[in-house]
Amino acid sequence: MRYLPLTPAERTDMLGVIGANTVDDLFVDVPAAARLTAPIAGLPMHASEMAVERHMAALAGKNLAASQVPFFLGAGAYRHHVPASVDHMIQRGEFLTAYTPYQPEIAQGTLQMLFEFQTQVARLLGTEIANASMYDGSTACWEAVAMAGRVTKRSRAVLCSGLHPHYVSTVRTMAKFTGDTIEWAAPRLEAAADEAGVIAAIDDQTSCVVVQYPDILGRIPDLAAIAEAAHAHGALLVAVVTEPVALGLIEAPGNLGADIVVGEGQSIGVGLQFGGPYLGLFGCREKFVRQMPGRLCGETVDAEGKRGFVLTLSTREQHIRREKATSNICTNAGLCALAFSVHMTLLGGEGLSRLARLSHARAQQTAARLARVPGVRVLNDVYVNEFAVVLPKDARDVVRQLADNRILGGVSLGRLYPDAPDLANGLLICTSEMTTDAEIEALGQALEGVLA
Amino acid sequence: MNAPNASGWQPEMGNAEARTSPTASGDRALMLEEALIFELREPGTTGVDIDEPAAPPLAGLARFLRQDIAALPGLSEPETVRHYTRLSRQNYAIDLGPFPLGSCTMKHNPRLNEKVARMAGFADLHPLVPQQAAGGAFEVINELAHWLITLTGMHGVAMTPKAGAHGELCGVLCIKAALAARGDTRNVMLVPESAHGTNPATAAFAGFTIENIPATAEGRVDLAALMARLGPEVAGVMITNPNTCGLFERDMKTISDAVHAAGGYVYCDGANFNAIVGKVRPGDLGIDAMHINLHKTFSTPHGGGGPGSGPVVLSEALAPYGPLPFTARQADGTVLLIEEQDAAAEHPHSFGRMAAFHGQMGMFTRALAYILSHGADGLARVAEDAVLNANYVLRSLDGDLDAPFGGSGPCMHEALFSDVGLADGFSTLDVAKGLIDEGFHPMTVYFPLVVHGAMLVEPTETESKAGLDRFIASLRSLAQRAKAGDESLKSAPHFAPRRRLDETQAARKPVLVWKGDAAA
Repeated sequence: MRYLPLTPAERTDMLGVIGANTVDDLFVDVPAAARLTAPIAGLPMHASEMAVERHMAALAGKNLAASQVPFFLGAGAYRHHVPASVDHMIQRGEFLTAYTPYQPEIAQGTLQMLFEFQTQVARLLGTEIANASMYDGSTACWEAVAMAGRVTKRSRAVLCSGLHPHYVSTVRTMAKFTGDTIEWAAPRLEAAADEAGVIAAIDDQTSCVVVQYPDILGRIPDLAAIAEAAHAHGALLVAVVTEPVALGLIEAPGNLGADIVVGEGQSIGVGLQFGGPYLGLFGCREKFVRQMPGRLCGETVDAEGKRGFVLTLSTREQHIRREKATSNICTNAGLCALAFSVHMTLLGGEGLSRLARLSHARAQQTAARLARVPGVRVLNDVYVNEFAVVLPKDARDVVRQLADNRILGGVSLGRLYPDAPDLANGLLICTSEMTTDAEIEALGQALEGVLA
Repeated sequence: MNAPNASGWQPEMGNAEARTSPTASGDRALMLEEALIFELREPGTTGVDIDEPAAPPLAGLARFLRQDIAALPGLSEPETVRHYTRLSRQNYAIDLGPFPLGSCTMKHNPRLNEKVARMAGFADLHPLVPQQAAGGAFEVINELAHWLITLTGMHGVAMTPKAGAHGELCGVLCIKAALAARGDTRNVMLVPESAHGTNPATAAFAGFTIENIPATAEGRVDLAALMARLGPEVAGVMITNPNTCGLFERDMKTISDAVHAAGGYVYCDGANFNAIVGKVRPGDLGIDAMHINLHKTFSTPHGGGGPGSGPVVLSEALAPYGPLPFTARQADGTVLLIEEQDAAAEHPHSFGRMAAFHGQMGMFTRALAYILSHGADGLARVAEDAVLNANYVLRSLDGDLDAPFGGSGPCMHEALFSDVGLADGFSTLDVAKGLIDEGFHPMTVYFPLVVHGAMLVEPTETESKAGLDRFIASLRSLAQRAKAGDESLKSAPHFAPRRRLDETQAARKPVLVWKGDAAA
């Protein structure tokens, strides 16, 4: 077995040192009734590297990868070009095979990277501080709601209708167990985001308003107006960004009055990977730092006065506080944070701005083409790189038919909102710098065919 | 075999005068310092070639446009590659040597698994493609789910939890949902003192009241105390098996039966599954829910602190409450991914969704490749060698370090030592920091809490005997120095990129972001 270095002779020697006759003697504390005496039934025996690779390649071949076909999916997971150097850096064994940096003297590589990552995230989101990452955007969103509850000592959260439905479900699941009240209604197929509805729902019991920016339909809510209304009631504004590349073009939520900004960092440096692992971003005002969830990396000095970095404020965390911790979270998304950070280091603010503008230009081009398809209406007045169209029939069927023609033509709202029949004809279209003229034309023609 | 240092090479050779004199750069040969990216370059440049778009932004966007682009530098590719390569050299990693962190299972990460996860059909697959375009992904999820169920002897599995603690939460929420379904309001969760901190934190989040169960003098759950506490208000127990003292809980089945008889459920923390994979099926011990850290037993890379992945295997009693999306095999053998749209018909009692999309797919492909590579025979050998290596460390240090439960028989995959016998003023921390100078990552220290100055060593099965012998020799030497009161140990590490860091200062006035460019 290629991953196990001990030889039979070494095992014998070692048993001699231990004073045992067989390896099974070491399992003496396992009651005989529970001990398996033969290889577990149902599993094949060990396999060569070549055989496993073949098996996995066959499975991979049954999927339709974004790179194989015209591709227009977004809705919380985005395809951008990842520079080749990103993957090479995250495969450095010193990063890939390190543990959480609990011994900072020999983990400065990870720690300095996390400090840089926190700075990059804070500047991207427009917040004063950021943490070392969360599992993903949806869990970061719940953690923000929970944190707003700790800060305000209130337990009623208002979610905007344009919040990603998976995020809504995640928050609702958690709230069921904590007893928080969650207000939410499905979005309507309207050109503008529903600021008025959100503002009307805020009252003096509200802990926070959670607003996705741009929202699930690609619309851009007026965060400054919502922040003002929330603050007037003593509530916090939590902004949720599922496509951080958009912040290369539109104002950062932290600069518009958001108190906590969370997001999904996947679109910068991390591949689609069928939904995970992804990267939760979490930034907020500095005065809330002791209520923050997740790991934090901080600057300090060593015994010789040299600058160094450590995990800090761990008195908030479960391994110290146990049942009184701010969160049960024990892991971050370290390697995804590294991928994000390397990509962001290559881009800089300037590159991010260009990336966002180019993705946006592709969206404009796509919207113009789809508007020429008979029966198709573009919903949004404004958008960055994702917008909704309204079709004359159920978009789920259209998406399946497009896939039969080897076109991944967007995300149907019926997939996201199975309980909202009035949204069934909605289709989300997303573009990026990778979208080509040929793909746009292929989608236009295929839609014309399917809708004819 | 020669030891790696048989050449006599030392980090700082040369005469004493040369060793202490500074270099102009501050670097010393291969010991390279690295500035922050913000200190390397000012904002305004980019290291990526991106075309300027032909068209201006939509006119309607004008009032939303970002006023100042994010103040972040963009480094060229050579600068970027050099920056991260230099940083990487400040890290210890499994690829460099043993990483014997107890309870963390730092084993070799096979590179085949990295290659597999990067196949375009997995890496470049959008989570919301129509199901017809993701047949292979569902097969991966289903195949891995099947093997996890087979290896644990359980009934079902929730694949979506994103890490161990998230898996714990999933299991505890299943218990909560099962109790609610029968209108039962019991709310006490029993947790042994030796448990991981995540256990009480998770149960508290779910609204349970935590009560601690003491350990016996031999390092196991106090069966009598636990039995005495069972009753109508006890919702369940959370037990780690093998436990954090490195011992198998012999009475597990008795405990499970008693908890079930009292109307509660049994959660098992599966962090230490590596000790028993292929040897014992937790389902045979009466477990109702157990998370499996794919990043431990199934070797997906820890990546400097994540991402993890924590599927939860469930008993027949708890499986109906598992989170969405849920994968279920149909009568015709095909796999159905149950999302919200089919939940009412196919999985009506689910407690809901825990996260967006379908779980840590990138970890599933790696874990599946790992399981197929090892097979039934290889996985049993994994547990056997992991336990053999730990016992070899335990017994090789007899008389050098105090092993508080060394008399209770063999350990499982972790050897536990204490600070008993070290000279006055010398601590576990000093031994740990001394290991850094010896070229090893320290063991887990000060955990479990039930042992004074605990040192928990988990070598894992991927360490060779020669590697273990070197580690043992270093640990023996350090134990002798700590017993003899060698003062130089108290200021270790001496040879690492940094000396001991001031954690108090870091916490007193936290500096979490770089502000070097702030106006003075």
